[in-house]
Order: sequence, then structure tokens, then C-alpha cells
Amino acid sequence: MDLAFFSVQLLNGLQYGLLLFLIASGLTLIFGIMGIINLAHGAMYMIGAYLVYDLTMRLGNFWLAIVIAIPIATALGLVIERLFLDTLYKRDHLYQVLLTFGMILVLNEAQRIIWGGNVHSVPIPAPFDSSIQLTDNLRYSVYRLFVMGVCLVLAGIIYWVIRHTRLGIVIRAGAVNRDMVEGLGINVRTLFTLIFSAGVALTAFAGMIAAPLTSIAPGMGDSILITCFVVVVIGGIGSIKGAFWGAIIIGMATTFGSVLIPSLASMVIYLIMAAVLLVKPRGLFA
Amino acid sequence: MKTFNKFSLAALLSATTLVSTTNVIANDDPVKLGLMLPYSGTYTALGEAITNGLKLAIEQEGGQLGGREVEYILLDSEADPSKAPQNMSRLVNRDEVDFVIGPVHSGVAMGMLRVAQQTGAIMIIPNAGLGAATNELCMPNVFRTSFSMWQDSYPMGKVAYDQGHRRVVTITWDYAGGKEDLAGFEEAFTAEGGEIIEQILVPFPSTEFQSYLTQIASLSPDAVYTFFAGGGGVGFVRDYASAGLNESIPLLGSGFLTEGNLAALGNAGEGVMTTLHYAETLENEANQAFVAAYESAYGEMPDTYAVQGYDTGMMLVQALSVLGGDTSDQERLIDVLANVQLESPRGPLSFSDSHHPIQNIYLREIRDGKHEVVAIAAENLEVPDEACQM
Repeated sequence: MDLAFFSVQLLNGLQYGLLLFLIASGLTLIFGIMGIINLAHGAMYMIGAYLVYDLTMRLGNFWLAIVIAIPIATALGLVIERLFLDTLYKRDHLYQVLLTFGMILVLNEAQRIIWGGNVHSVPIPAPFDSSIQLTDNLRYSVYRLFVMGVCLVLAGIIYWVIRHTRLGIVIRAGAVNRDMVEGLGINVRTLFTLIFSAGVALTAFAGMIAAPLTSIAPGMGDSILITCFVVVVIGGIGSIKGAFWGAIIIGMATTFGSVLIPSLASMVIYLIMAAVLLVKPRGLFA
Repeated sequence: MKTFNKFSLAALLSATTLVSTTNVIANDDPVKLGLMLPYSGTYTALGEAITNGLKLAIEQEGGQLGGREVEYILLDSEADPSKAPQNMSRLVNRDEVDFVIGPVHSGVAMGMLRVAQQTGAIMIIPNAGLGAATNELCMPNVFRTSFSMWQDSYPMGKVAYDQGHRRVVTITWDYAGGKEDLAGFEEAFTAEGGEIIEQILVPFPSTEFQSYLTQIASLSPDAVYTFFAGGGGVGFVRDYASAGLNESIPLLGSGFLTEGNLAALGNAGEGVMTTLHYAETLENEANQAFVAAYESAYGEMPDTYAVQGYDTGMMLVQALSVLGGDTSDQERLIDVLANVQLESPRGPLSFSDSHHPIQNIYLREIRDGKHEVVAIAAENLEVPDEACQM
């Protein structure tokens, strides 16, 4: 493997990892603080991609589509939390799992009714619709670099909110001991609504920003869900920092695994997960 | 003259009476078609196109088959192989359908074929391309109106060699359908004297192609041959173009790479060459009539899946009209089905001894967002079916 090849693969792994982080961050937030395993996470990623596809087709502008789609996704999270999840907090985890599983079916069916079964795509938006020459026959889309930048900035913002704001202190405390936080006079119910909406918005936003890089098709969220769970489990449940490093590890492992040990490509991430769990059963950063 | 007239009138009358009597009896009992296709998930569009095509063919005949009404029983296969045997049994045993039409997915086909073997139910495959269905698994009650992976990819081997390509990289998903497709291409390409320098297998159904594109760039082959379909097809072709590889390394594939995906591909698809048993731009009478009828019925252009559904319908129309709607003698029914010959939108279509289509394979290039037919890559191509001579 020559140096140019290695460097380009490093870039591929980093880009995939950063995108994975963005998708997984919402999952780990909701999981860690609310204790809810949101199986509909992948479906919300899909909804984000379809929303931005639909709005881009209507408005002819990708950026405007994102600006409109984010509040819609946030509202979806809000409605789901207030109308459905809220009634199940007092019950066993199994009910919440059942609810979010049902939501996969509902969201997938809604997608089929609204947008049909065809494969769609969103063109790469200006001003990032160009590419740079990496080697003599390989180019790299500038939009991919832009997505990496966005993911890094968002990672920074999430980290700052959790580490250095009052809201962050409450979130961290809520993750450790929910009853104590409530006892201190903080409205956990509002906190949960906020976290869930933010988690859904983050996930849907990942779908939106990934839309020009991927094909928008029914079931596109189902395969990403498993990978996200692997990321979250490796990093440690509820840890944003863990999700970040977990995502980078999985991004690199997928990229290099597929080239260096192609016969094990589909197993690599699970092998890593198993190895991490053997050494640190609660994940790297829990 | 007068006596002759009377005689012929009487003959005509009795014939009409006879026909209408059979009609009356038959009409009580509709022909039951069990459609076991994906109506949810990744392959939804395929299941819907096949259903649309099938219904169009039967509607054009007044909604009847051999004078009998038609009852459709739609069952969502979910493209899930593990549910296939149970679903098929339900159609055969509980719904008592006359024909099972399905599936799209080859894994589901395996499960269905098992039940077809046990029950002897007549099964018409309108898509799934696994070669074994009409070869090693050989069953008189199984027909296919679609293709086999081999049939659509084999002709591309010679095309690639004739275009001057000698060193080729092949890439597909790591599953049976993809590997069968590559095997067809490789067989023809290496027989001509070409070399496959690398075969890349991507975990199914991953659409993360960046690392493989980097690998292809560093191998720098004369051309890339690929099999992907649906969202994976769109993803691969777009990523290939955005990595700039299409400027130096031509992309070849079996037609499923781009079929049904033209709008989603946009500019990235221009110049991609594929081989398939159909193209919407084919200039034969049957196709022009079909495209017009399909567009007016459903408001969109048909693709190859719609044609496969349509030909399944036409096969039933022809067979049941020969039989006058009488499906009671299964041996005769199978015999009539096997001898169906159609002027299909895809060109002349007949069936081999193994009940597999004998058809033309076209070389197509995407120009201005359409599959333009460049040449007939193989005429009346038969598939290898030594294991199945009925």
C-alpha cells in the first residue's frame, strides 16, 4: 500500500466516521439521559433525507430546504415525545422498545405513502459542487470536506453545551441520577422533551446533510441503525465523547477492513465491539 | 346456398351456446392469482411495477383470463427469505390460488421453490434471477418471465473485450445474485482473452463505496464491471462519477445498475453502458404500444420490471385463451404455458425446455437520461440449463 493510497483511505475513514458520529450522537443522547432505546432512530435519519429531498425539489434550493426541514424534524420529535413516550415513562423499558419499534413501521409506511418506493437523489449543492484532484485519476468531492467540517463543528458545540453550560450540568446529572435531579427542583419532564426533540433533530439533520452523498431509498435507515448501536456501545452508552471516538474507530475499521481483509469486511465492526466489551464492558468512555 | 346458410347458422349458434355455457360455468369461479411481491422495503418499486404491468396486460383483455374473472390476492413478501415458505404455503393452501406470481428477491425464491416442489403449485417468477430456479432445481410447475443473472451479464463480456478492454476490475455485493452476475461476465470476458485483475465484494447491503473507489483508482484498470441495483446502483454510479473515475475508467454493468434509477442518477449516469433484456427506447411496435398504455394508466415510464409483469400477464392471457379458461388439467396447462410465444415489448419471447425465457440482450448507453439501444449484444440468447431438460 503506497502512501497516497493510505492517505486517501485515511480521509475516507475519517469522513465516514464523522458522519457516523453525527448520526449516532442523537441516539446516545436519548439513550444515555432518558434510558430509552430508540429503535426508530434509523427511520428518523431516513425521514430527514426524504424531507430535504422533497423540499429541495419544491424550492430548488438545498440550503433553504435544510432550514425548513430542521424545525419540521424537531416538531416531529416533540410530538412523538409528548403524545406517546410521555405516557410510557412509568412503565417497563420493554414498552418503550415496543413503541419505538412500532414507530419504525409507521414511519416506513408513511414514507412509502408520501414518497413512494422509487430511489431518489439530491444533487450536490453549490458552492460545494466541485472536486479536487487527489491522485492522477481520483477526485474528492468538496462537499464531503464540507460535511466533515460541519460534523466537527457540531461535535464541538455538543461537547461545549454538555461540558460548559448549566443545561449541560443538568443533562449530565440527569444521566447519573434522575431522581436526585428532580428532587433538586429541576423539571425533568421538560428536560426529556428537550433532549428527545434535539436527538431527533440531530439524527434527521444527519440524514439531510448526508442526502447529497447517498441514495435516498426506502429502508435506508434500517442498515444505519445497527452501525449506530455498535458505535454507541463501543463508546459507552450516553457518552458524547464516546460516540465521537466510537464513530471514528468504526469509520476507520470499515474503510481499512474492506480493503485489507475483504473476506471479513462485514464482521470487522462486530469483532471490534466484542473486543472492546471484553476489556471494558461498559464501553470506552462510560 | 340457403341450406348451407342454415347449416352454418346452426353450427355458429351451437358453438356460441357451447362457449357461453363454458363461460357461465367458469365465471362462477374466478382465476385466482396470488402475487407474492415486496410491497414494503427496498424493493417496493419493483413489486409495484410488476403488479402494474401484470394488471395492465389483463385489463387490456377486458380484465378476464380465458373468459373467467380474475381475483388478485396481494401478499407482501417483504423481500424476507425467512418468511417465504410460510407465505407461499398460505397462498397455495389457504387461498387456493391457481397461480403464484413472485418473487423479486432470489432468497425469497429459494423458499418459495421448496413449497412449489412439495405442493406442485404453478409458480411464475417475474424477476428473481437465480440461475438454479430453471436449472438445478428443475421443476415442471415453475416458469420464469424475467431473466437469469447469467443471461444479462454474459453478453457484456464480449462487448467489453471488443471495446478494447483487457484488464477489468469487477465489483458487486457479497451475495449470491451479485456473484452469479459477475460469473456470467467473467466467463465470456476471460474466454475472449481478457483478465479480471480484482474481484471486489462489498458487504450486502452497504452503500458506503468510498474505500473501494480509492482501491479501483490505485488498480487503474481498463474498465470496471459492476452489479448493483436499487439504491446501491444509484449510490455507486454517483460516487463513481463524483470521484472522477468515469473520466478515465469506463463503467460497465448489467442493466439493473441503472434500471428504474434514471431520474435519481441525473448527470452521473451519462455514458454508463449496460446489458439487459429490455430498454424503454426499443423501437418495436409492441413496445411503443406498451409504453403509451403504461404511461396513460400509471403516469410514469415503464421499466424492465413493469415489462416482466406485463409479459407474465400476457403469458397467462395467451395460455388461458388457448385453454378456454379451463385450468383443471394441470399437465395440459403446463404444456400450454411452456409453448407460449410472445411479441413482447422486449422483442420476441419464447421459453426453453427449462421454462426460462429465450430473448435478446441489448447493449444500452445512457444518453440524455434515457437508455439508448446501441446494439443487440446477443440475439435469442439461451441460458445454460443442462441440468433441466423437460
